[in-house]
Amino acid sequence: MKRKKINVAVTGLNAIDSPGPGVPVIRALKESKLYDVRIIGLSYETLEPGIYMHDLVDKTYQIPFPSTGKAALLTRLKYIHEKEKIDVLIPNFDAELYNFITLADTLKKEMKIKTFLPTLEQFEERHKANLSEYGRKHGIKVPYGKMIFSTAEIPALKDEFTYPLVVKGKFYDASIAYTPEQAATYFNKISAKWGLPIIIQEMVYGQEVNVTAIGDGKGNVIGAVPMRKQYITDKGKAWSGISLDDKNLLDMTKKLFKGCKWRGGMELEIIKTNEGDYYLLEINPRFPAWVYLAVGCGQNHPEALVSLALGEDVKPFKKYDVGKLFVRYSYDLIVELEEFEKISTLGEL
Amino acid sequence: MKIKRNVALSDSGFVFDPSTGDSYSTNPIGLEIIKMLKEEKTPQEIKAAIVKLYMIDEVSFEKDYFDFVEMLSKIKLTENDEKKKD
Repeated sequence: MKRKKINVAVTGLNAIDSPGPGVPVIRALKESKLYDVRIIGLSYETLEPGIYMHDLVDKTYQIPFPSTGKAALLTRLKYIHEKEKIDVLIPNFDAELYNFITLADTLKKEMKIKTFLPTLEQFEERHKANLSEYGRKHGIKVPYGKMIFSTAEIPALKDEFTYPLVVKGKFYDASIAYTPEQAATYFNKISAKWGLPIIIQEMVYGQEVNVTAIGDGKGNVIGAVPMRKQYITDKGKAWSGISLDDKNLLDMTKKLFKGCKWRGGMELEIIKTNEGDYYLLEINPRFPAWVYLAVGCGQNHPEALVSLALGEDVKPFKKYDVGKLFVRYSYDLIVELEEFEKISTLGEL
Repeated sequence: MKIKRNVALSDSGFVFDPSTGDSYSTNPIGLEIIKMLKEEKTPQEIKAAIVKLYMIDEVSFEKDYFDFVEMLSKIKLTENDEKKKD
């Protein structure tokens, strides 16, 4: 079958110890049976490894940090689009999604750049800060949690929580605090990096399992692969994982997608307790960095996302391989100074 | 005592539970017993088979057998241990 030539812009090229999903999304797209993909990398920093992976990323442009706002982002995307004629854009960071979601219509109307993102309502509703409410609404167990805005609120937490408890940032980072003093330390550390509020969550004990999934925006799950982390870094990131045969996790995903009509990629972080209960810890509104495992198991979720963005009819995947592992590794790329100079000074490579 | 249906066994004694991702290694006799449990053989049938094949008396085997199945239950490889949630 002749593959359709398309240009896809992808963010999240930071394949570091807490990796972004960009590089695995690109690998998935490069292996697509439907599309012959030219990849336009969109980077924030000059040392994101994906910038220098020329076998995967055909051209990279720097884009302004999310905090700069959407006007600056739009101006930059117009410039990039003039040169590259982007067909589909896949953002991969939580922190940038707000800008891309609110720009999605403009990108489509003015430049014919397609995206397949959750709606703003879906994006806001699943925020960690709103998770307890979200769980109630969709009939899914969620550990008890509350938002706090100041360390002055920490002493009173003992009335609602038992230590240890989990201190979480609004986008990333989580630490287990065994005492109010530790909770205050983590509050300061995490809020300095990710801002307020800080989410305090009840500690649930069990095995962490995750699901990478994609929804068509009409309540259907197009694909879902559950995974258990086999090896975890000190940042809590999966360095190795294995695909699972767990009907309960798939049912939970279906129930959630049916309820919220999720549009696009998603990662569910879940704790399975020793009693066999499943608690939803977090919903990440994009593919996880381990999404390539889904490709290895027979479900190319990034390819399906491109098809959905292009308005194609996408049939749900019916199966995946169970017991497949991913083992992550680090690799030293050798980069010529000229390349680093180019991305640093011109903002493109 | 039933071994979960989806538990995978290899001839080398590698045991994989696809619902949890856990894997274990067992020796050839352990593997034989798990295989017989998968075939839903009774403890009596298993005892008869092992005592016939190996130099072990019934009492010693029973002791080891119940230790072994207790461990299988503990690591949730048996069907009754996995509570299904609907």
